[in-house]
Amino acid sequence: MSEPTFTLDGREIPFAAGQSVMQAALAAGVFVPHLCYHPEFRPHGSCKLCTMKINGRHATSCTTPAAAGLEVESDTPEIQDKRRTLLQMLLVEGNHFCPSCEKSGECKLQALGYELGVLTPHFNLLYPDRPVDASHPDVLLDFNRCILCELCVRASAEVDKKSVFALAGRGIRKHLIVNAESGKLGDTDFALTDKAAQVCPVGVILPKKCGFCVPIGQRRFDAAPISQHVDEFKPVAIPGERA
Amino acid sequence: MNQHDAIQAVLARHGNDGTRLMQILRETQEALGWLAPETLTAIARGVNWPRAKVEGTASFYSFFHTRPLGLYRVLWSDNITDRMLGSVELMQAMCQKLWLEPGRVSEDGLVSVDATSCTGMCDQGPAVLVNYRAVTRMTPERVDRMVELIRSRTPLADWPQDWFRVEDNVRRSDILLGNDMVPGDALRACLARGTESTLNEVKAAQLRGRGGAGFTTGLKWEACRNAPGKTRYVVCNADEGEPGTFKDRVLLTRQPDLVFEGMTVAAYAIGASKGYVYLRGEYRYLLESLNSALARRREAGLLGKNILGRSGANGGFDFDIEVHLGAGAYVCGEESALIESLEGKRGVPRNRPPYPVTHGFLDQPTVVNNVETFAAAALIALRGGDWYKSFGTPRSAGTKLLSVSGDCERPGIYEYPFGVTVQQVLEECGAGVGTGDTQAVQISGPSGITLGPDEFGRRIAFEDIPTAGAFMIFDLRRDIFDVVRNFIHFFAHESCGFCTPCRVGTTLLKNLVDKIAGGHGTRSDLNEIHNINRVLQAAAHCGLGHTAGNPLAHTLEKFRPAYERRLKSLEFEPAFDLDAALSQARQMTGRDDAGAHLANELETPR
Repeated sequence: MSEPTFTLDGREIPFAAGQSVMQAALAAGVFVPHLCYHPEFRPHGSCKLCTMKINGRHATSCTTPAAAGLEVESDTPEIQDKRRTLLQMLLVEGNHFCPSCEKSGECKLQALGYELGVLTPHFNLLYPDRPVDASHPDVLLDFNRCILCELCVRASAEVDKKSVFALAGRGIRKHLIVNAESGKLGDTDFALTDKAAQVCPVGVILPKKCGFCVPIGQRRFDAAPISQHVDEFKPVAIPGERA
Repeated sequence: MNQHDAIQAVLARHGNDGTRLMQILRETQEALGWLAPETLTAIARGVNWPRAKVEGTASFYSFFHTRPLGLYRVLWSDNITDRMLGSVELMQAMCQKLWLEPGRVSEDGLVSVDATSCTGMCDQGPAVLVNYRAVTRMTPERVDRMVELIRSRTPLADWPQDWFRVEDNVRRSDILLGNDMVPGDALRACLARGTESTLNEVKAAQLRGRGGAGFTTGLKWEACRNAPGKTRYVVCNADEGEPGTFKDRVLLTRQPDLVFEGMTVAAYAIGASKGYVYLRGEYRYLLESLNSALARRREAGLLGKNILGRSGANGGFDFDIEVHLGAGAYVCGEESALIESLEGKRGVPRNRPPYPVTHGFLDQPTVVNNVETFAAAALIALRGGDWYKSFGTPRSAGTKLLSVSGDCERPGIYEYPFGVTVQQVLEECGAGVGTGDTQAVQISGPSGITLGPDEFGRRIAFEDIPTAGAFMIFDLRRDIFDVVRNFIHFFAHESCGFCTPCRVGTTLLKNLVDKIAGGHGTRSDLNEIHNINRVLQAAAHCGLGHTAGNPLAHTLEKFRPAYERRLKSLEFEPAFDLDAALSQARQMTGRDDAGAHLANELETPR
């Protein structure tokens, strides 16, 4: 019996049981814009950049199970336009200054901006007041760039078993906090070797003692646009997930 | 009792169970006044959760405070109906008398005054919550007296008890509000009939959910009953947060037995032994009366072990109910967010599938229904599906409670068979009498639909205008733009912040509407509103985000002049507002005279 498939922008995409529409697309080499998705973690469905039109209805492709015969649209002007608006929303929500950012060229938010042709933030900047936290000897937290994807929250809880990070507040006041009464990272058991230190898609969690070690212009997404890195996002077994 | 003992007593009462965190936080706050950093640390240790997770929950809900907010906390209900009754001016007067800025606590730590989302007293506003106790019918005299009582540090127990009186205002009763069922009769009928046949009666009645979405209740119960699980739960959604809705408050006041009996019927039909009522924090004052109603039912053998004296072996069942209080979060009316909250977490809607009927409370099959749905289910269990179906329309069986408020002579609760026209409701509640004609009706709250006069012939029914019950009336004196602005502020305040479009989009909409209100709007801002609204509808995570732009979309279509007369005639309007940028300088110098503003003729709206 042949593998089941669905149609994505007119192309037949095979999928394995249990895969989401997004996982199947990535496995087939089709890039899907995303920020809160990470191949080693369960889908989260919060950034909404992977939104597609599935059988005529908008849905996040990372949380929609793949099913035979689905008709999926992703690379259409309408959907790409909405993705641009979502990126612009994130750009005005935080304080993002790419030219001076340590993660420029390694940042998925920036890379997706280039990928989708976001030329300006478009909306009025919200300029939130988000002090940095330099209390930890090895790591700097710059909350100005946080996009609330919760990858560090999930990595610290599920992989490191430390729960160093969590979210506090609600709505536009939602923000990342650390697991200490003082609110300072230096008072937690966080370590540079934690999984949570490796997963930030933007420039919040930064190792100290090494600034701009790789010059801007020679970094991952400087070399090739994010859509050509699709192999890095292909699904892998998720630790702790039932097979 | 010192702080440590107070916290330990609360923790012990809840078995140090983290899933009971909402109740632990509320009771600790009631004992200590606020949730200090060291208090959260102690609670986290007590329930053995990461501290940050406890702080995450505590900071999510409007009624928990992680900073001191005074011995007295006065919250003004900020629904448009309160505003129409003068709440803004009264709150301003209160702040002036107390030398306070809204949201700030007084220098002596005595009092803070702020606004809060609709408290469900729209038929008897302007309403406030004082230390989370409801006070209705505020007047300038009451503001004066309240300020005196606060200044003299008079305990709430010694305040005029009349202030805390909440009227039911039932204006029209039908099968639900007019029922005279003896508690236990519906359960007796169920036990005589058996589980299968009880479920069949609910299916035959074609009862649909009364919370707004209208899912068929019998199918929901059946799916839950058939789902594999260790145990099953019945949850009553009494998180009546939609501004303009207050019918569940009245049902829980007048007919708690009917609601509890409906929950017990559900438990019997699906095989559940535990039920929760998720009561919105604004209705804290109902907790004691509901708990005594539950105690009465236990004594009467209508709850607890071997209900009505029938053991499990004998075809009987065990079931008990607990009331769980929310803490000020509209989003918890969404059933999966409600379940998260019930588990002690932030009220964030879950990814679906799976649905609560298979993976609900503590990951077990769970039925979540509205208060009114359970009340109707009890009547169906007693009198049968065919009887129930004989009311209403062929596609909308039974009756619907409407919470009528706004510009009318007789605001309150009206129970109608489905199919009633908007016009008939307007006539019977005395809309427009002596104040001019009705301009618009907002049905089912801000997330519902705005109707203009040409649509008043439409019917309240699933096939025409489905509704959770809010019915707010605006006559010709009202500015529809003010109504919409109030609604958009509400959504921005209540967004849970999980998904990008709702978290940021509702704030962007709020800023655009405020810009238009300030006389700086242009035509391109209206296009921008449409653009953001389309993103919300396509990409938001839950119903809150999907519907947050509805009031704007509906009124831009039906009441466009309300916007256009505020727009500048200019082709181009700079987004930067120089006068607004000077507001901090004005505040620091204490000036607000004409000379402190950059006035020019362009800033006057047309």
